[in-house]
Amino acid sequence: MPPERGGLSTLQRSQVLPPSLVAPVLLSLAGLGLVLAGPARGAELPATTAAVLAGGCVNCHGPDGRAQGAIPGIRGLDEGYLRARLLAFRDGRDAPGSVMTRLMKGHDTHQIEALAKWFAQGGTQ
Amino acid sequence: MTGPTRRRVLGSLAAGGASLALPAMVRAGAGSARVVIVGGGFGGATAARYLKRHAPQLQVTLIEPAPRFHTCPFSNLYLAGLRSWDSLGHGFEGLRGAGIDVIHARADDVDASRRTLRLSTGQTLGWDRLVLSPGVDMRWDALPGYDEAAALLAPHAWKAGLQTQLLRRQMEAMADGGSFVMVIPDNPFRCPPGPYERAAMVAHYFKQHKPRSKILLLDAKDNFSKKGLFLQGWKALYGDMIEWVGLADDGRVTRVDAKALTVETAFGQVHKAAVLNVIPPQKAGFIAERAGVVDASGWVPVKAESFETRQVAGIYALGDATLAAPMPKSAFVANTQAKLAAATIAADLLGRAPPAAFYANTCYSLIGPGYGISVAGVYRAEDGRIIEVPGSGGVSPSDAEAAFRADEAAYGASWYAAICTDTWGA
Ligand SMILES: Cc1cc2nc3c(=O)[nH]c(=O)nc-3n(C[C@H](O)[C@H](O)[C@H](O)COP(=O)(O)OP(=O)(O)OC[C@H]3O[C@@H](n4cnc5c(N)ncnc54)[C@H](O)[C@@H]3O)c2cc1C
Ligand code: HEC
Repeated sequence: MPPERGGLSTLQRSQVLPPSLVAPVLLSLAGLGLVLAGPARGAELPATTAAVLAGGCVNCHGPDGRAQGAIPGIRGLDEGYLRARLLAFRDGRDAPGSVMTRLMKGHDTHQIEALAKWFAQGGTQ
Repeated sequence: MTGPTRRRVLGSLAAGGASLALPAMVRAGAGSARVVIVGGGFGGATAARYLKRHAPQLQVTLIEPAPRFHTCPFSNLYLAGLRSWDSLGHGFEGLRGAGIDVIHARADDVDASRRTLRLSTGQTLGWDRLVLSPGVDMRWDALPGYDEAAALLAPHAWKAGLQTQLLRRQMEAMADGGSFVMVIPDNPFRCPPGPYERAAMVAHYFKQHKPRSKILLLDAKDNFSKKGLFLQGWKALYGDMIEWVGLADDGRVTRVDAKALTVETAFGQVHKAAVLNVIPPQKAGFIAERAGVVDASGWVPVKAESFETRQVAGIYALGDATLAAPMPKSAFVANTQAKLAAATIAADLLGRAPPAAFYANTCYSLIGPGYGISVAGVYRAEDGRIIEVPGSGGVSPSDAEAAFRADEAAYGASWYAAICTDTWGA
């Protein structure tokens, strides 16, 4: 997996800041249009495959990622932020024991990128 | 969500036409291909909604006898008194609003060669693709003494409905100090952690209302889902109220006397109950057998990459009815299988490339208010088999703090709200 993804600064930020700080910072940057979504990546997953992957998230995070309770909504979050959080869960750097870690350990980097893009774009095709 | 536009659909038909020339589509045009779904539970209702999302021009018909579906998930919380009966019910207005034709009837027979389905109303429907998500039926011949009549005295409460309400009434009528006996089957069965969550929820009710009562679990196996976490949680919240007896300690029940409320084990021990809850062995809902898609096990073998049945092309099966190990028979799993099958069927009918098969599961269980635990898994198809993605999944940590258990209890409630909205619509 090539390390120099778009949104590299995002990834680095997530490694140094606790998630509770990363979220508001990124959200506000995203609001100002300062966080750029990464450029189109090599082997992007087809939309139907991304839809199936996202199907395993919305039955917890709510339809299209819109929260229905204590599990946070993920619809429309910044793509770089989503990617960083998902990678951090997978690599055990975030919320040890979380169900997210157990789930993300079953996802490869391509899948994580497709999911980040999917929910950043509003959770629909 | 924007589905494929009509232009894209026609375009792909023109481009890929010959190879996907389905008889029905050639006859009538892609727009009128018809998918009929049997069962309005977690698998069927999800499949219907996602088919419409992927291909709004398809005709999607769903057959379900009940005007309102009551979920098994959270029915244990109803037994505990933590949830109202009405809160478990979900109507079909959301599906109708999405353009799905919902027919309240029972599917009685399938003619796979003519591609028709006969309903209890006498109506016969034609289909281009048939999806079966009928859930489980009880094997009334598997446990001597336990048949449909016996279930009116010793309820299984393993399909949410009158059986669940009967069990709750029996718990209410029971005197303090009574013994609640649960008979638990061997694998595979619907909801592997379900019996153990139920034990905790019954204990919650007893602790408040009948604190001298006991719960005895007679199990046909030695291991069960989240065992360590359940034993730990039971002890923490209910002390010695719950006693679990596995196969090795003569837990397997071989005979039931529902009138006397007694059960007999493999080695001849007789246990007397005040309330007797017998969860018998199960099989795929009967319509699967009528369709000719079950094997000798009574369940439906499916292709790992699509959930099309192995026996009959054009018929798909989902959820509890299928042989999908290592995935458990859970609502979460039925919902993700339905999404994969819906995307696959839509792609097939529209002449597009199918999606890569991917499935997930998480089962939250509640041990008491503010005390939740979970098990998760991620699965994919490989060489025609379903495998758990190595390194993924697992259960909540055994050494978690109270705050973690409280979070998981809240997440469980949030999961229920999300999956029900996802499945039946707002
Ligand atoms: C006590 C208990 C607790 C549970 N808790 C959880 C939980 O917390 N999390 C979880 O993920 N899972 C849980 N489950 C498991 C979950 O209920 C099932 O896995 C899920 O319902 C399976 O979905 P399905 O579509 O296969 O079947 P179902 O949801 O049972 O739907 C089948 C539908 O098909 C209909 N049907 C059957 N035959 C016909 C026919 N011939 N014609 C027309 N309609 C027909 C039935 O009326 C029914 O509505 C629990 C189960 C139990 C018993
Ligand atoms: C079983 C329920 C469940 C499933 C399924 C699930 N999540 Fe989560 N997710 C959670 C919970 C609970 C949290 C809260 C954080 C924690 O546990 O540490 C969370 C947190 C997150 C966060 C962090 C949100 C934030 O505001 O920083 C993201 C991003 C996320 N999930 C994405 C996903 C994606 C993508 C999927 C699908 C692959 C998914 N989740 C599947 C339960 C779930």
